[in-house]
Formats: sequence, structure tokens, C-alpha cells
Amino acid sequence: MEEKHKEIDRGNAVIQIKGLKKSFGDLHVLRGVDLDIFKGENLVVLGRSGTGKSVLIKIIAGLLKPDAGSVNVLGDDVASLKPKELDQLRLKIGFSFQNSALYDSMTVRENLEFPLVRNVRDLSRADIDAAVEEVLENVGLSQTINQMPSELSGGQRKRIGIARTLILKPEIMLYDEPTAGLDPITSIDINNLINEVQERNHTSSIIITHDLTCAKMTGDRVAMLLDGRFERQGTFDEVFNTDDERVKAFYDYNFIQ
Amino acid sequence: MSKPNTKPDEAEAEKPVITRRLDQVFLDLNDVAQFVARFFREVFVPPYEGKEIIRQCYAVGYKSLGLISLTGFITGIVFTNQSRPSLAEFGATSWLPSLIAIALVRALAPLVTALIASGKVGSNIGAELGSMRVTEQIDAMEVSATNPYKFLVVTRVLATTLTIPVLTLYTMFVGLMGAFVNVTANEQTSFPSFIQEVFGAITYLDLFSSVIKSFFFGFTIGMVGSYKGYNSSKGTEGVGKAANASVVTSMFLVFIEELLALQIVSALRGG
Repeated sequence: MEEKHKEIDRGNAVIQIKGLKKSFGDLHVLRGVDLDIFKGENLVVLGRSGTGKSVLIKIIAGLLKPDAGSVNVLGDDVASLKPKELDQLRLKIGFSFQNSALYDSMTVRENLEFPLVRNVRDLSRADIDAAVEEVLENVGLSQTINQMPSELSGGQRKRIGIARTLILKPEIMLYDEPTAGLDPITSIDINNLINEVQERNHTSSIIITHDLTCAKMTGDRVAMLLDGRFERQGTFDEVFNTDDERVKAFYDYNFIQ
Repeated sequence: MSKPNTKPDEAEAEKPVITRRLDQVFLDLNDVAQFVARFFREVFVPPYEGKEIIRQCYAVGYKSLGLISLTGFITGIVFTNQSRPSLAEFGATSWLPSLIAIALVRALAPLVTALIASGKVGSNIGAELGSMRVTEQIDAMEVSATNPYKFLVVTRVLATTLTIPVLTLYTMFVGLMGAFVNVTANEQTSFPSFIQEVFGAITYLDLFSSVIKSFFFGFTIGMVGSYKGYNSSKGTEGVGKAANASVVTSMFLVFIEELLALQIVSALRGG
């Protein structure tokens, strides 16, 4: 499998994280994280379960408060934003949840309309329908428009979850374990979709995963979270070209040659 | 002696168990108070989720109608039947419609409706919101710049507050119909004279106090279910606990409110 190559402008950071710390009781998950994400870049965050990968993107989206450090997203310090300002910022961030988090009492159409009608005023019925159809077409699931989430497969749910975030045309995408629980073929489809979203919507993304195939296919850069810090960053090959046993064990388990 | 170097966690651990539990009770009460206060802050501020409120009213009202009809009707029959022997001892079975009307309107209908709603609606709200919390649907609303409290909690609490008084009036009606069936079968009382007896016995104060009481019952059931579900802990166990705690807590609070209402209405009646 070829490593992904895309030229990234390293002078334009859309997310800047400095000295970020977060603990839950005695469990110190993030112990001083520093990280920049650049415009148009797909950054893959790798790490073992429980190392704080999901916590990191929840802090970026303002769902969790950090204990120390700063997170600057598109020029705004997330922790110091008032609720309305945070909502304005969230309109520019798409969050794809690990289990898709589709609203299970609503159809696919209602799921997609939900953020749109509540955040974009003065839309006609035709505008809403056109937006819904466009994002569904982009994820290749136009036929599911009237289905309930319970009628969809795992891969379809992931796609609809991504479509729901895309309907607000975000500048930043946060993917939490996009291929978790999916078969290899569906996982490749999702990886391709992540790259399509990057190309078509010019988004900058953080992809949380421990699937190295996903990391290699989607990541312009890889950062590995070890003991609460990003100890290794770079291209996929740069990160894994090491004698560090913790990194090698991660690589060996995924059987990538 | 002061211990300036003691960490907060260690200081907490050194407190007696009773003090720690009391602290937790007050912290929990503060949490509940903030959750309830948020309702009043958000209920009058646009945007209004009218469509969702109607959907929730339908879920609370229409879907409880079958169970309420059955329990209300049976309550009317059973209460009439159980009251007859006592009145018969004094040769006063003709007072049955009056007795039933007072009991149903003042206490039985609001209580039966609230208890049925606690079991059916309260547990449903607790489980639904708990499951939404566990599957990150509430987080998904938040990150899409939508206020989940407004969409999920305000709509449900409004629906229970508005619908349960209507259901209470309906329970009064079906309960009285149950009573009439029993009375007419045993005492051959005609419908017009039954109705005359019923309306002769109850006052506007009885009716209004019951309806107002039901608003509070509805608010409590919606708020408790929402609070337990919205703040449910992670995992499927948390969903079960949220549903169960919604029923137990709201039933307990309904009885407390009934007791308070009894004191207030008795004072209004002048004794």
C-alpha cells in the first residue's frame, strides 16, 4: 500500500494546541500535548485505547474542558469562548463519532436536516432538500433518505454520520475511530471517503484511529500519542522507522508490510 | 492543627463518612437546582421547538390513553364496590355517587394518572435520554451547535406538564363511568341522577386544585425523567438505572406533592 503524499502549507495552522493537560481523577491521560494542524492537512492521531485520543478531539470541540494548556481553533481560544461564540465555532467543525451517533428516532433525512434547519435561517424547503440530496450523493447513499438508522449497516451509518457533519460545510473535520467495527472492504471505502472529503471540501482533519491501514491511506502526517504526549510525529514511515518497542508492537499487530 | 500541605483529595478522604455523604447530597441538590433553573431560563427564549413539543405531547398523551382508560375505569368500579358495604351499614348507598365523585376528583384521578405516567412516561424519558447520552447523540447535538437541553428536556417537560392535567380530567371521566356502571348495576341509578349527584358533590375548588396539582405532577415527572436520563452515566447499566430511578423518584415526589397539596387545599377550605 502506497503512503499518501500531499503538499501541505506548514505556515497556516488551523488548530494550535499548547501544553494541554487533562486528568480524570488519578488517571492522567494528556500530560502536556503540543500539536499544530495545518490548513488542508489530514493528521492521524495514533495511540492505544485509553491514551486520550478521543479526549483530545472532545476538548477541541469544546465538549470537555482542559485542566491546563490552550487549544486555539481558527483563531479562537476554545476554553475562553462564551456559549454563543462556541456554537459559532462549532459550525466550522464537523465531528464524526465512533458509533456515528445518529439520532435513532429520526429518519436519515431528518438526521441530515437537524443541524441545517437549526443553524441556517431563511432556508426554503427546496434549499433544504437540495442540501440533503447533495450530501447524500457525496457519500453515495441517496437511496437511504427515508430509512431509519436501525435499518442501516455499520458502514452506512458511518457515512450518514459524516454526511450530517458535511451539511454545514465545516472547515475542520474530527473523525473518532472512523473504521472501528467495520470489515476491511468497508473500512477502505470509509478511508477513501475521508480523502474525498479532504479534496472536495478542502477540510483540515484529525483522524483518531488505531487502524494503521486507515492511518496510511488517509494521513498526510501521523502523530503517535505515547504516555500522554505526542512523542513521535511525521510521515507514516518516519513514525514507524524506530526501535521503540511501544511503536513496533503497534505496527506488528496491524501486520502491514 | 492546620495542614497546609494536604492535597484536596486527601483532605476529602480524611472527612468522616457522614460528612462526605452530606457534602454529596448538597452537591447533588445544587446540580438538580441548576438543571431545573435552566428550564426556566430556556423555555421562553427562541427558537421554539413547536413541532417536537407536539410530537412529545402525542407520545405522552395519546400513547398513555389506553392504559389510563383501563386503570381509570377499573379504579371507578373497584372503589365503588369497596365503598358500598360501609355506606350500606348506614343505609346510605344513595350517597355512593357523591362519595366516588369527591374521592376521584380530589385525589384518585390525579394520583392514578401521575403514577401511571411516572411508570410509563417517566421511565421512557429516562431510558430514551439515557440511551442518547450513552450513544453520544446528545454530544452530537452539542457539537452541531444545537442546544440539546432545549430540544430534549424543555420539550419533554412542557409535554408532560401540559398533557398530564388533560389526562387527569380524562381519568376523572372514565373513573366516573366505571363507578356509574357499578352503581347502575347494583342500585339501578339512572345516568341523569348519577350525574346530578356527582356535580352536586364536587366544587370548583376540587376541580381546579386537582388540575393545578396535576401541572406540578406533570412537571415533576418530566423533569425527573429528563434529569436522570440526561445525566446518566456511561454504559447500558446507566440507561437501566436512569429509567428505574426516574420511576422511583418521580413516584416519591408525586406523593410528597400530594401531601403538600392536601395541606394547602384544606387551608383554603378553611379547615
